[in-house]
Amino acid sequence: MANIDIEARKQELLKEGYTEVYTKTKVLTDAVMHYCPGCGHGTTHRLIAEVIDEMGIQDKTVGVSPVGCSVLAYNYFDVDFQEAAHGRAPAVATAVKRLNPECYVFTYQGDGDLAAIGTAETIHAANRGENITMIFVNNGIYGMTGGQMAPTTLVGMRSATTPYGRRVDLNGYPLRMTELLATLPGTYYVTRQSVQNPGAVRKAKAAIRKAFENQKLGKGLSFVEILSNCNSGWKMTPVAANKWMEDNMMPNYPVGDIKVDGKIAEGIDVNRLVLDHPLTVMQ
Amino acid sequence: MARELKLMKGNEAIAQAMIASGTDGYFGYPITPQSEVMETLMAEKPWETTGMVVLQAESEVSSINMVYGGAATGKKVATSSSSPGISLMQEGLTYLAGAEIPCVIVNVMRGGPGLGTIQPSQSDYFQSVKGGGHGDYQLYTLAPASVQEMYDFVFDAWDIAFKYRNPVLILSDGAIGQCMEKLYTRDNIARWTEEERRKNAPWGTFGKPADRGHNIITSLELESARQEVFNHKLQAKYAEMKEKEVRFETINCEDADYIFVAYGSSSRIAMKAMQMAREKGIKVGLFRLITLFPFPTKQLAEVAKRVKGILCVEMSAGQMIEDVKLATECNVKTEHFGRFGGIIPTPTEVLEALENKIIK
Repeated sequence: MANIDIEARKQELLKEGYTEVYTKTKVLTDAVMHYCPGCGHGTTHRLIAEVIDEMGIQDKTVGVSPVGCSVLAYNYFDVDFQEAAHGRAPAVATAVKRLNPECYVFTYQGDGDLAAIGTAETIHAANRGENITMIFVNNGIYGMTGGQMAPTTLVGMRSATTPYGRRVDLNGYPLRMTELLATLPGTYYVTRQSVQNPGAVRKAKAAIRKAFENQKLGKGLSFVEILSNCNSGWKMTPVAANKWMEDNMMPNYPVGDIKVDGKIAEGIDVNRLVLDHPLTVMQ
Repeated sequence: MARELKLMKGNEAIAQAMIASGTDGYFGYPITPQSEVMETLMAEKPWETTGMVVLQAESEVSSINMVYGGAATGKKVATSSSSPGISLMQEGLTYLAGAEIPCVIVNVMRGGPGLGTIQPSQSDYFQSVKGGGHGDYQLYTLAPASVQEMYDFVFDAWDIAFKYRNPVLILSDGAIGQCMEKLYTRDNIARWTEEERRKNAPWGTFGKPADRGHNIITSLELESARQEVFNHKLQAKYAEMKEKEVRFETINCEDADYIFVAYGSSSRIAMKAMQMAREKGIKVGLFRLITLFPFPTKQLAEVAKRVKGILCVEMSAGQMIEDVKLATECNVKTEHFGRFGGIIPTPTEVLEALENKIIK
């Protein structure tokens, strides 16, 4: 993978009269990310890396990457990293933490990895109250393999394997894993965030920070869902994809804290967690 | 525990050896006929003595991936299961081999295919030494034939696993797992200190100190040219094992006209059949495999030059016999005798098979 000399380029720009307003955290490597321009993975990576940097835990952090678009996450974080088999990251992270309780352990998974093939590992890690942080990037599609239906694909949403739109009678309902996990006593913090604008990014970072801080408390699993566009998979421009996400994903996957400090968050209707299936039909 | 004489089941011996050999973690899932491994560990509570972590996973898929996660931090992590559970672990095993993670897996075999039976069998030979999961990889495979070896091979397995950064499989069966025999325990080996972990597993992912780059455990390489180089590296490792780590035992092979080739429970039965044959004046020897991979190809070929026939005894339809024939290049009359479905052959049956299939 081509690496550019970031420091040399920075010095050039400063000489040309530019002012430095943002510095990349040292917890991200200089490797050029393979993510599509406009995708939320890059931003989400940066937020996690900044949190690790600000907490001063770079030397104690172990990440676990999934199979899917973020399979190569280990190339971008300058922390020790393991690449798990498809869906198995929560089981892998369970053992990393149990055998190395002094480490901060996080998983980074997409919706196909976490909510389809890895459903059992996800639910049981949460139910055991594993003292880890799980980051769940939900873009409603299998990005890496070319845009097939994910468990989170909306009703009516087109994908490579639902070319006429997802049908409930054929494919079942979109799975709201985050709401489901909030109902388990093993989870301590469960939230859904997004990264499509500066305000959302700030909130997402605060959530990720809380999810890492919680590992000090040892009270259970912290779970942060990040809604992201998949502009390539959705076949839209990044800007249109973010708009589409706000208009269509967010009514089905409402953003905000669902469970905080082991209790259902204020304003969350518990009935919604278990009864209110997302039925919004896409056009 | 120092060196003491004990009476215990093979499965209990595995558990006791894990504690005594300084194992850091065990992750398992119940399945007959090996559930005593985790039951013994849970009863012993080693987390209160050695600090060993023991956890019951939600499936064999998870337990093998817990082995992956824990072992990839440079700690000694093990699991055990029986045939159907080992089938579920094949994905994890190929990832472990591909990421070069040392670990120990115990298979207490039962009869298949499918849900099969809970009685002893040896029909997982192909799965153990011919792949099982996808890709070109090998598990160093030890075949214990006694409760003592169930215990001792756990210690040996850790040495090989870390020497070669490779998973080690202890391939046992329901008979050895369930039977009670005497065994001598060994002096306990302490779990590694933090310094020892860092020295023995500098590749481990336990948090990146300031003086090194980040460690990455992965089996992914998107560039074909680099993946081919990596495959050559693995093959060189397996070749070195074939050269240096072959284990076998020969009994009465020096003057033998015929030999049995067997491993595990079958080798115990063949031993008795050999004695019965000798009493009848038939000069029979036993070539017992201890490592199934690496297979003692050269050593068996050498013995085979001096005999008139070989009977392979295995509780299967005839799996190991393929490697026997490859070793001897089919220069000697070679036949298979086995029983299925959890039936353990009697020494009389084995001797009759020798007389009917080889000597006649």
